[in-house]
Amino acid sequence: MNIMTEASVEQKLSSGANEPSIKMKGEKVSVHYGEKRALFDVDLDVRENQVTALIGPSGCGKSTFLRCLNRMNDTIDIARVSGKITLDSEDIYDPKIDVVELRARVGMVFQKPNPFPKSIYENVAYGPRIHGLARGKAELDGIVESSLKKAGLFNEVKDRLLESGTGLSGGQQQRLCIARAIAVSPEVILMDEPCSALDPIATARVEELIDELRQNYTIVIVTHSMQQAARVSQRTAMFHLGYLVEEGATDKMFTNPDDKRTQDYITGRFG
Amino acid sequence: MVGYLVVLLLVLAAAAYWIGRTRAVASVNGDVARLHSLPGQHGMFLALFAAGPALLAIVLWSMVTPGIEASIITDRFSAELSGMGVPQVEAFIRDARAMAFGGLVGFADPTKEAAAAVYKSIHATSTWIIWAVALLLSASGFYWAYSRIAQAYRARHVVERVLRAFLIACSVVAILTTIGIVLSLIFESLRFFQQVPFYKFLFGTHWSPQSAFTGAGTEAGAVNQDIFGAVPLFAGTLLITFIAMLVAAPIGLMAAIYLSDYASKSVRAVAKPVLEILAGIPTVVYGFFAALTVAPYFRGIGESLGLSVASESALAAGVVMGIMIIPFVSSLSDDVINAVPQSLRDGSAGLGATKSETIRKVILPAALPGIVSAMLLAVSRAIGETMIVVMAAGLAANLTANPLEAVTTVTVQIVTLLVGDQEFDSAKTLAAFALGLVLFCITLTLNIVALRVVQKYREQYD
Repeated sequence: MNIMTEASVEQKLSSGANEPSIKMKGEKVSVHYGEKRALFDVDLDVRENQVTALIGPSGCGKSTFLRCLNRMNDTIDIARVSGKITLDSEDIYDPKIDVVELRARVGMVFQKPNPFPKSIYENVAYGPRIHGLARGKAELDGIVESSLKKAGLFNEVKDRLLESGTGLSGGQQQRLCIARAIAVSPEVILMDEPCSALDPIATARVEELIDELRQNYTIVIVTHSMQQAARVSQRTAMFHLGYLVEEGATDKMFTNPDDKRTQDYITGRFG
Repeated sequence: MVGYLVVLLLVLAAAAYWIGRTRAVASVNGDVARLHSLPGQHGMFLALFAAGPALLAIVLWSMVTPGIEASIITDRFSAELSGMGVPQVEAFIRDARAMAFGGLVGFADPTKEAAAAVYKSIHATSTWIIWAVALLLSASGFYWAYSRIAQAYRARHVVERVLRAFLIACSVVAILTTIGIVLSLIFESLRFFQQVPFYKFLFGTHWSPQSAFTGAGTEAGAVNQDIFGAVPLFAGTLLITFIAMLVAAPIGLMAAIYLSDYASKSVRAVAKPVLEILAGIPTVVYGFFAALTVAPYFRGIGESLGLSVASESALAAGVVMGIMIIPFVSSLSDDVINAVPQSLRDGSAGLGATKSETIRKVILPAALPGIVSAMLLAVSRAIGETMIVVMAAGLAANLTANPLEAVTTVTVQIVTLLVGDQEFDSAKTLAAFALGLVLFCITLTLNIVALRVVQKYREQYD
């Protein structure tokens, strides 16, 4: 509790604004893959219009936690999630919740760019189409254009919207995937190591984009790069061996962490 | 006997392996690590040279001698054979050989017995020669290789090269066989097209070669060119193939989708092999299933609806053929659907798409080229299928699009043309080769197109 208070103070001091409200809240979240337990009673909050970075060595459970937030673990047969996760105080694992609707509200961008083998336009229009968001072609065109603009891709692809999305460069593909996620107007965007398959220039471009997107969306990002976490996030959570080690404002986590393990990991002494 | 010679050479090879090995080890006083090649490789090297050339000589000998022996006989008995035609000379040699080495003799006469005696003596000489040649080759090969074996000798490289040559020879055999089959098909077809013009065969609509009697007013032996119109056969083939694909394509594809995306691991582990058992059923069994169960069933339904259904209908044959192809379609489609990366499924699910939306809008479009090529391969399989249609489709060459009537297919006609006592120079039998050639061209084209499509599709994800 002490940590949290300090962190809050820190946050207030650094941003000089009111404490952002909590968008998603995880309470005692545990995940089992068959017999193996991958996550142990994680309590973690995601704040609105902020970037929350999840860091930690490989296999620490950060991606697992991320995938709980839009129930992507449902697609894995042997995965079992317990505990409580809320989105705007609504339990997302409640049987009454429609997982399709949940995933429309909590979008996801994956580690490897995975554009569909369709045209750029169709890639972005895919989500709005299946959710029936657009009435008519003109409205759909508008959604596609604004999504591509928000993803900072529009100027590069405006002349070849009908060409295949798989023909773009890796960085462009990843921004296309972000545009695709934005097109369904989600409230939260989950990003699972979105830059790990990209070169430094494309990475910088995506990081800029993440910072811009924070104005309108709540973002949770898993990353292996300490610098990236420091650059783009406002809050950082450190995972180790399935446990949440420490969570707090990014500035504090990187300058004065409470836990020795966090310090060691950040300075590259273990992992 | 040459059989003993081969066995002897194999024994020699085994001995040479052991000798080569021992010598290699002895050459470094047991310190095997100093050898360039492993002792076993030295042994293999010696064995290959002791037996290889000799075995090769025997193979060559067995391919060449029958021809040489026959030519010597025809040479010696040229006076007696001078008045005979080619078939008689062949029969003469066949009988002489049968008398000399045992076998069914047609008509014995003194000349043939004399020829048989000559045959025997020539054969004895040539056997003696091959024994001598083989043993000489074996001994010199052994001696040459034995003297090579030493600490620094690169036996491994030699063995590898010999193995490569052997593998090349094997693939050459396979390729040459294919080329040979195609060539014989082409030459026999050309003979047919000398008697019946190409266009009358490809575009004629009347097919009844069994009634190939000479029409009134024409010279005996002339060929009635108007009864070799293959259009009804190809129409029948297409009709049955179409019906088969109508059954196999949707069922196979749906089954593949279920297996790849919906079935749990345990269901899949059982369902997939069971589905593939369908592919293991002999087509003859499908044939009588079609003729004895499905065709009467369809006829019964037809009667109750007031339709007249032939007891051998295109519908029955097509449906059963479709069932036969289901595992073919489902197995190939399952492979291509599984090849669509999981990341696309995740991406779609992450946008809030349901499973069926993902499959319809992402998986199937992505897998479409592969599915199309699976279908094309299935079509070429259906076109070439014989047994089911022989038993269930009938023999009447009707030019019809009505699936309730009996039709016949290209493969059925090839069978009926060649079954039984036939002379192999009449237009009737040669027509089978022409049909075979066209069929071959069609399936070859389909296969090439299908493989191309698959290749292109693979490049997209690898």
